[in-house]
Amino acid sequence: MSTAEPKTRSPAFPGRISLTDVEPGELRAACQNALATGARMQMAYAWFPDRSSQPEVRYLLHWRGRHPLQLWRTRPQADSLPSLAPLAPLLSWYEREITELCGVTFQDQPQPDPLVLLPGARATRPPLIPGPPVSLEYTPAAHSGLPEMTGPASGDVQWLPFGPIRADVLESAQFDFFYLGEAILHYHPQLFFKHRGMEKRFEGVRPELGVVLAERVSAVGGVAHALAYCQALEAAARCTVPPRAAYLRVLLAELERLYNHLHYLGHLCHTTTLKVGEAQGKYLEELAKQMNARATGSRLLRSLLTPGGLRREPSLAGLTQALEQIEREYLPYAAMLEASTTHLDRLITTGHLSPQLAFDQGATGPIERASGLDRDLRRDYPYAAYGELPFELVSSEGCDAHARAQVRMAEITRSIELIRCIERELPAGAIRAPCEPQARTEGLGWAESPRGSLYYAVHLNDIGTLARVKIKSPSFSNWRVFPFTVHDSNMMDYAINEASFGLTIAGCAR
Amino acid sequence: MPFWSWYGLNSGKASMRWPKGEEDGQERLLGMPRFEPAKCKDGCQRCAEACLPAAIRVLDAAGRVDASIPRVEVDYGRCVVCQMCVEVCPTGAFSASQDWAFGVRHREDLLWRDAVNSPDAQELRGEIRRVFGRSLHIRHVDSGSCNGCESELQALNNPYYNLHRLGIFFTASPRFADLLLVTGPVTYALRGPLLEAYGAMAEPRFVMAVGTCAVSGGVVAGSYSCGQGLDGVIPVDVYLPGCPPNPTAIIHALLMLLQRMPQRVKRGQLAAGVDHA
Repeated sequence: MSTAEPKTRSPAFPGRISLTDVEPGELRAACQNALATGARMQMAYAWFPDRSSQPEVRYLLHWRGRHPLQLWRTRPQADSLPSLAPLAPLLSWYEREITELCGVTFQDQPQPDPLVLLPGARATRPPLIPGPPVSLEYTPAAHSGLPEMTGPASGDVQWLPFGPIRADVLESAQFDFFYLGEAILHYHPQLFFKHRGMEKRFEGVRPELGVVLAERVSAVGGVAHALAYCQALEAAARCTVPPRAAYLRVLLAELERLYNHLHYLGHLCHTTTLKVGEAQGKYLEELAKQMNARATGSRLLRSLLTPGGLRREPSLAGLTQALEQIEREYLPYAAMLEASTTHLDRLITTGHLSPQLAFDQGATGPIERASGLDRDLRRDYPYAAYGELPFELVSSEGCDAHARAQVRMAEITRSIELIRCIERELPAGAIRAPCEPQARTEGLGWAESPRGSLYYAVHLNDIGTLARVKIKSPSFSNWRVFPFTVHDSNMMDYAINEASFGLTIAGCAR
Repeated sequence: MPFWSWYGLNSGKASMRWPKGEEDGQERLLGMPRFEPAKCKDGCQRCAEACLPAAIRVLDAAGRVDASIPRVEVDYGRCVVCQMCVEVCPTGAFSASQDWAFGVRHREDLLWRDAVNSPDAQELRGEIRRVFGRSLHIRHVDSGSCNGCESELQALNNPYYNLHRLGIFFTASPRFADLLLVTGPVTYALRGPLLEAYGAMAEPRFVMAVGTCAVSGGVVAGSYSCGQGLDGVIPVDVYLPGCPPNPTAIIHALLMLLQRMPQRVKRGQLAAGVDHA
């Protein structure tokens, strides 16, 4: 097989994606070749074409440079495939998830334990295999992947299981720390207490209603989720969104980035105990959310996106002034954060993430850009109106918590500039085009959410409702990376490091 | 650092005064759609077909789901405020409103005929100022939310809503908490931790279901890993649907609960009446 010359090209992905059939026996060689040229595996998922019990596994690749995205399609033999995780470590979580949810096993998987279902949970069958409703039995059991401490000082090592209900108003997750004094020897997050079966929930839903679900996968990334979902259906239907709707979609996506990044700064100050900085960051977030409500009727910018465009016009009167007020308060705030030595002392060198580790383990969004990786879907694979708007990628070589905060601070300024630009250049015209994907079509959609790259792969069944929706969320990628920055760090820095990643659990657990 | 103190003092007060005064911070926010049954003419059922969480159903006279008879029932406890019904309704029986979702004490009050003008809500309007000065400590439990409710709950402590001004605080330990505030549809994995947190609370203890997921399971009700919200898991004192409920709506529901507190204690039947976990 030649990776450069795709054998088949799906009409659903004109120009931007190529679809290539790969035999299971050729997978490893193909993966090795791709990685050698600097390509990155982005995600893998399985689905069941024609409601059969014969799975098909897909891999998504991002070639170095501006090549089209590439999808590999393979049919497992006897429900088994060679594991690619030893070559591309970030695929490990995807493979484990496919095993649990779709029943495909991977030979030589380096870490074959369940990922999504908790120890002690047993489903009547892997939930995504077509068939009658699945039920889940659960008897809580100890996690088998925790290390055993031996040796002369092992009695001094403390084990702290923290969560799943944590102090403050936070999402549920359990973190196991093994520590000696202040030093963290080992850290294991259990992130899937909140697994709701969202991907299964899409099955059988009419495409235009699926957006209600997409907005509720991770609420604070709702615009990006809805946008990637709608774009996947638009690719399936070969529908072009009217220019006005494309510009307004960018506006919504940047408003989402704005309130998320402001929240991020407030929360980061909370962990460094900079009280006024926390209050100001969260106040600015509140101003942004109230601005969202006045513009769209929803503080979280919900209920506007739909396959084909927008459901209704947002009301842009007053947006300019609200944005001005936020910017007027934000600029001195950002300058003061960057001049606060007690704050900076806690951030600089904290949670170091090397460019190599960020690349290999799949870091995305502001996290990878803060570790020197120059990637952003808005620039690399422009969607909506990003290709027509000025865009400047923000990155940093700092690789630490401070760099991650700086990237987000610079992105706030860029978002405000982009919103202003859209206000000036917004084309007139319709905001919705008919989007009626045919039965048995498929599409891939993506968006750069505030937390990084987000992909939706959508397949329609023989009656035109949703057969399979795969969600690759940025937090799923970044949670995979995060523990590598925790091992060998210290307890005092943990909360700061976690806040500097700005992760969600709902997006990861789905 | 001194410049932060100066900056903080110089910025002045940012807090809302609500429930004193009119400004509630929710200008132009879309709430639960209003339903006017008189305008529902031909029984086209487009609303029910467009309602993902099945908040709108078509029932026959005996209350069974029957697509051939046009009697529409709306359960605001399932509504996720997506506005789809407003868009598809050809006769305007559903219309967009700025009514926030708000708390009720009985789940059945969330059916359309009672929601907006429920006796609880009417009573609340007159009584809300009376409940000032009563302190409340809250333990929040996320039982599997989409993080929308958390985003709005976290907003309660920002300088604008400034929940502390009402004597209401979030606390880390369920032992110190008066109220268990639950978000999410209750996944199989969080049911146990939720029951443990509830069990660790001292009497009198109260439970509030915040968000449509906690009230009814929301968009994921009945999924292989989720339940139907809090019903059948722990007894609920106040239901607050919304997707997510806005911070003012949450404050509203908390004040409503505070008004109820002395009644619960006076009855003296808490041990027998509350513990159906």
